[in-house]
Amino acid sequence: MSSSILIKNGRVIDPAGTIDRQADVLIRNGLISNMSGKGQFEDAAVDQVIDAEGMTVCPGLIDLHCHLREPGQEDKETIKTGSEAAAKGGFTTICCMPNTKPPIDTAAAVSYVNSIAARDSAIRILPIGCITKNRKGEELAPMYELAQAGVVGFSDDGSPVIDASLMLRAMQYAGPLGLPIIEHCEDLLLSGGGLMNEGDLANIFGLPGIPAAAEEIMVARDILLAKNTGIHIHIAHISTRGSVEIVRFAKKLGIKVTAEVTPHHLTLTETAVAGYNTNAKVNPPLRRDDDVQSLIEGLNDGTIDLISTDHAPHTTSEKEQEFGLAPAGISGFETALSSLLSLVHQGKMEMVKLIEAMTVAPAGILQGRFGKLGTLSPGSIADVTIFDPNREWRVDASSFISRGKNTPLHGKTLKGKVIITISRGEVVYRLDP
Amino acid sequence: MTENSLNENQGIEAVSWNRKHLLDIDDFSTSEFDLVMKTADVMKDVLSRPIKKVPALRGKTIGTLFYEPSTRTRSSFELAAKNLSADVVNLAASSSSIAKGENLIDTVHTLEAVGVDVLIMRHPIAGASHLAARYAKSSIINAGDGAHAHPTQALLDMYTILKHKPCIQGLKIVILGDSRHSRVARSNIWGFTAMGASVTLCGPRSLLPVGLTGQHAVYSNIKLETDISLALDGADVVMALRMQKERQSAGLIPDIREYVAQFRLTSERLAAARPDVVVMHPGPVNEDIEISSEVASGPHSVINEQVSNGLAVRMAVLYLITGGNKE
Repeated sequence: MSSSILIKNGRVIDPAGTIDRQADVLIRNGLISNMSGKGQFEDAAVDQVIDAEGMTVCPGLIDLHCHLREPGQEDKETIKTGSEAAAKGGFTTICCMPNTKPPIDTAAAVSYVNSIAARDSAIRILPIGCITKNRKGEELAPMYELAQAGVVGFSDDGSPVIDASLMLRAMQYAGPLGLPIIEHCEDLLLSGGGLMNEGDLANIFGLPGIPAAAEEIMVARDILLAKNTGIHIHIAHISTRGSVEIVRFAKKLGIKVTAEVTPHHLTLTETAVAGYNTNAKVNPPLRRDDDVQSLIEGLNDGTIDLISTDHAPHTTSEKEQEFGLAPAGISGFETALSSLLSLVHQGKMEMVKLIEAMTVAPAGILQGRFGKLGTLSPGSIADVTIFDPNREWRVDASSFISRGKNTPLHGKTLKGKVIITISRGEVVYRLDP
Repeated sequence: MTENSLNENQGIEAVSWNRKHLLDIDDFSTSEFDLVMKTADVMKDVLSRPIKKVPALRGKTIGTLFYEPSTRTRSSFELAAKNLSADVVNLAASSSSIAKGENLIDTVHTLEAVGVDVLIMRHPIAGASHLAARYAKSSIINAGDGAHAHPTQALLDMYTILKHKPCIQGLKIVILGDSRHSRVARSNIWGFTAMGASVTLCGPRSLLPVGLTGQHAVYSNIKLETDISLALDGADVVMALRMQKERQSAGLIPDIREYVAQFRLTSERLAAARPDVVVMHPGPVNEDIEISSEVASGPHSVINEQVSNGLAVRMAVLYLITGGNKE
């Protein structure tokens, strides 16, 4: 069933193998068969030849943090539309957060998502399980059962675990299961009622602010709890300079912490909220320019490990409301790589670093439990993304595959576009010429 | 009297008003401020006549859509509209109708469907009138959106000051009290600083805006001061804001008594200001909380004038928004 594909003439970037050179990649039986210098493989020997002249060929992108909304909120997104949107954005593995309705806090819920994914998705979907039952922050979810059912980590994302003693017990309990705790760091009392980043702009707009400390206090708390328990804490969507500094310090101390940052926190600031643009309403909020600079620095120096989209689709009618009533979130799959490439084009980040943060780094969190992901080395799973780093296009939210048209990038021109996405040796997305 | 005669006889210049909506005054030019002030003078003249009614807005329908309880502002707008011979429809919405998921855009379209030309809106969430304006065919006048803006209040405050001072340029204006949650303060900061005044916000730090520290590019000429005697020193204008009792339960101040002890505007404290100081309050006044009754009804107080000027300014705004000066 699986055909052979030869990807010719591309610039191959495989950060796991520290490869960045012109090469051809051969795919057979759903695996990377071989890589060679240009023109060494015979076209005739394969079923399909892809000419990647002028393009970059990299491992399929991995997203550790997205919201697929199914079950329960299928008007926002489904596993089918979400996975297709992800494939269009170059993703071949996506980890979905458990804040569905009902939440993914039982093995049955995990099986449900897995069965829909098997039916509707051409790419790999890996569910994350809840930390607490019904995401209420009161009692631990059945983490062992969830781990057996195949979750890749635990999170109450969208909500933090407010009770520090409960978080401590969650870490102790999850430790032997070998899976990370992924925390949405937010002190809800400090952020309470806040709608955008605290500061001058919030004052001008008359919107209640969310202080940086609301995030940083929880980042610090969770790191201290992780130090206490020795387990792996993964900090979701880090957004402030202070959080970067705390994580940097924790890593120096040898605490087992990893952190992710979203494309929007790396490329946008709070000014995107101007005009009460609810499509720029997101949690954590878009911050200031100096926070963005810190996040980029943090990614470059390894303080921040990886990039996750936090793809959070909402319906248009939900977003076309008063700023205080509209839900927070950005539909991110279809613009993630393109918007991040602006950092490369502006010389703020090396291409290899960007690819690393979206492939081998998130693959590391998955610990090889799903085969060899995030690399193009021979024998690894043939998840491949081919993109044209220089192709310019104008974002039109109405053309999104995702049901969530909620993007602050609508109408903006981005440079760089995914051309082909290959999942397990099959072309699952190809840009219309 | 016709619309034309209102123009020609009173000398309102048909210049520089191109606004369909009045959402905010943060982008007002000084000539726009002047135009509102001049037009308000004309309206004030109308209000001084035995028959306080002109036909300028005859045949127009003005709607009020208030999601927060308000008697003063709403009736001021209603009277302003009626003095200009407009028909008025009042839609009393409530905060609970927001919670019930009644869609604001639908409500605006419904009011337009029954013929509303100008919609005057108050809403507890900042930016709500901007949202309405984005989808409206009618003109939207923001009568207060959350802690963001209350443009007609700022315009009437400027107008009132100009009745007592030759110009706003160079004045030291103190806004006393809870400026953190105040749309009146936010709009006044824009207006006063745009006209060249320096503004001092005074109150307990927990009721002053967060993030406004020292120099910043956006608000020029603004200062935060927690010491009321320093704030009032040499002040030309002092505006006390209404102290909301719920700030205590929200933990922003220990209690009202402590606020009163530190920040009530009393005649002793007012002595630090200039002898010709003007005392203002957007109302309704909590007497002897933010301002002593002695000062509120004393010789420096222009609080009642603010109310009557509010009517003239709102008439002016309605007149300009409906294109009255372009006839």
